[in-house]
Amino acid sequence: MKTIAIIDYGMSNLSSVVKAIEYIAPNEKVIVSSNAVEIDNSDKIIFPGQGAAKNCMKSIYEKKLEGVIKKNSKEKPFLGICMGMQVLMDFSDENNGTQCLSVIKGKVEKLKSQKNNKIKIPHMGWNKIIKKNDHPIWHNIKDGSFFYFVHSYYINPLEKSTIIGETEYGKIFSSVIAKNNIIAIQGHPEKSSDVGLQFLKNFIRIN
Amino acid sequence: MTVTKRIIPCLDVDNGRVVKGIKFVNIKDAGDPVEVAKKYNDQGADEITFLDITASSDKRKTILNVVEKVASQVFIPLTVGGGISSVSDIRSLLNSGADKITINTAAINNPALISEASQAVGNQCIVVAIDAKRTINTSNKLEWEIYTHGGRNPTGINAIEWAENMENRGAGELLVTSMDKDGTKEGFDLELMQAINNKVNIPIIASGGVGNLDHLYEGISIGQADAVLAASIFHFGTYTVQEVKNYLSKKGINVRIT
Repeated sequence: MKTIAIIDYGMSNLSSVVKAIEYIAPNEKVIVSSNAVEIDNSDKIIFPGQGAAKNCMKSIYEKKLEGVIKKNSKEKPFLGICMGMQVLMDFSDENNGTQCLSVIKGKVEKLKSQKNNKIKIPHMGWNKIIKKNDHPIWHNIKDGSFFYFVHSYYINPLEKSTIIGETEYGKIFSSVIAKNNIIAIQGHPEKSSDVGLQFLKNFIRIN
Repeated sequence: MTVTKRIIPCLDVDNGRVVKGIKFVNIKDAGDPVEVAKKYNDQGADEITFLDITASSDKRKTILNVVEKVASQVFIPLTVGGGISSVSDIRSLLNSGADKITINTAAINNPALISEASQAVGNQCIVVAIDAKRTINTSNKLEWEIYTHGGRNPTGINAIEWAENMENRGAGELLVTSMDKDGTKEGFDLELMQAINNKVNIPIIASGGVGNLDHLYEGISIGQADAVLAASIFHFGTYTVQEVKNYLSKKGINVRIT
């Protein structure tokens, strides 16, 4: 039995993520934790998040989780979801600029309406993820599968080779990236019906 | 490709059971919320909305229990409405597994609740429900007025101004129901949807009046709604969500078909 730690830094409603992981991995131990030692002792890490970048970073510092997040993102299967993806970057434009964790090189920018392409913000609803590279996280998931998204900012990674999925909303943005043992997704697999559950199963399967 | 138009079945829940609608004289038990939610998920529903119509005193406990059970087995966004009046109500629903909550009367009684709630849990969780009825103003112009209590109580509030106010206070979406059309099966009030859509930049869910597939198509194509919510056409098996999506897709609407 593996221990899967869902990092709780007080910034999101974790119940959806917890329920989805418990559903797809009934034989694993799922813990929700803001305790660095407990997180460090786990086999796999899920790093979710909602809300605004500045508040998220503030909570991470207050709970003294910066070190354990950085360390574990290098050592074991690590899944960032939504804001948990964004704060892995160097910097976010949100809240007049927010320094983030610098685990992945690049920055976070705001979605905007383009000329002749008016979009509503946030990007809320189901959209396609187009695969850019092969990865075990795509096992049994068709190219162009729909995932559920809710966000106003998107990541722009420096190393384009890390992009394994892209989505179009106003522009084409990186919706899934993978680097070493880190996988991060802008959408919400825990709310993306069967496809999302498959994505989470694939993460649980990766060692 | 961009974000798809969402199809949202709405379920009325009374004492922990799905019932076939508040409007029907003989409220009929339509089943277990988990089973009904699973069925709609399998048909390809993009979200599910629960409207809690429980009148008893343990209302809160009952709906939390329903949400908890559904969220453990159905993994699409769940929205809950019905008598929510405080940030603590919202938090307990989100902790039980709801993704969004719908606020109606409480926002009219206390508009600051929307600012407070969106600050506390994020705009994306806050849906403001607007029940609007047509009226002609003193300059002989068409306007819409907000009503509460299922269309019985006028508030004197202009619906379009209210929509802007709610967006400014942090609503993440608007659920717009025409009280003129609700229950008529004549289709949405398309002018109302357009008028609101012209003023706000948050998603609009159209509701009230759906009787056939063309109504749903018009709500999206003419009314410019981002999502459509319907109850009776799904509950009474007139159409499945899949049939709705296939129809819309054939008419050129971008929907999620799996």
